[in-house]
Amino acid sequence: MKVTVKLFAGARELAGHSEVKLDLPPSVTIADVRKKLLTEFPQLASLLPHAVFAVDAHYAAEDSILDENSEVACIPPVSGG
Amino acid sequence: MIKLTRESLDPTAPLQQAQSRQSGAVLLFLGVTRQHTRGRETNELHYDAYDDMARNELQRLETEARDRWDLNECILVHRLGLVPLGEASVLIITASAHRKAAFDAGEWLIDTLKQRVPIWKQEHWADGTTDWVHPIEQATKSE
Repeated sequence: MKVTVKLFAGARELAGHSEVKLDLPPSVTIADVRKKLLTEFPQLASLLPHAVFAVDAHYAAEDSILDENSEVACIPPVSGG
Repeated sequence: MIKLTRESLDPTAPLQQAQSRQSGAVLLFLGVTRQHTRGRETNELHYDAYDDMARNELQRLETEARDRWDLNECILVHRLGLVPLGEASVLIITASAHRKAAFDAGEWLIDTLKQRVPIWKQEHWADGTTDWVHPIEQATKSE
């Protein structure tokens, strides 16, 4: 299935895209998305270990299972305020 | 009340909204963009957000603060886009019958906002370069 991942701030700048589509088998988890992102965008290697992920605009655990309609987002360390 | 905005933050109206005969204490916190960061000079700051999620997380902060402290008002506003130096990027107002709840909630709100809400700041340095700010050790960050 295709999973779309939103990228923000430094992650967007490093990847050169504000969202990317990943080809993944069904029932993948956030951990799988993290691995696939690193394979396709090795330039994210410095930031990705520190990033967390969100599904449908809520923080998600590494073992969260995704479906095709999930809105996945990579959240690098935040710096608001 | 929570809000994301691209306008400048004026505390006048939200302070009026927070002031009431039930609240002996009304606390205002403004986070203001600073010219120097670790000795480096900044020209301006830009803020970007994952808007939908940032609203969710700000709403969670308000709900949790109202659960933990007896607040009559709790207002969180974050500005996005370009924020010139010396202007407010975040506004927090808490109001309570007695001052301790307003102070404690206000401090917890800004500390937790900085750890949790998906908003990012980009420094536009005086030397013309830019950097997205990604604090790696957030637990020890105290700015």
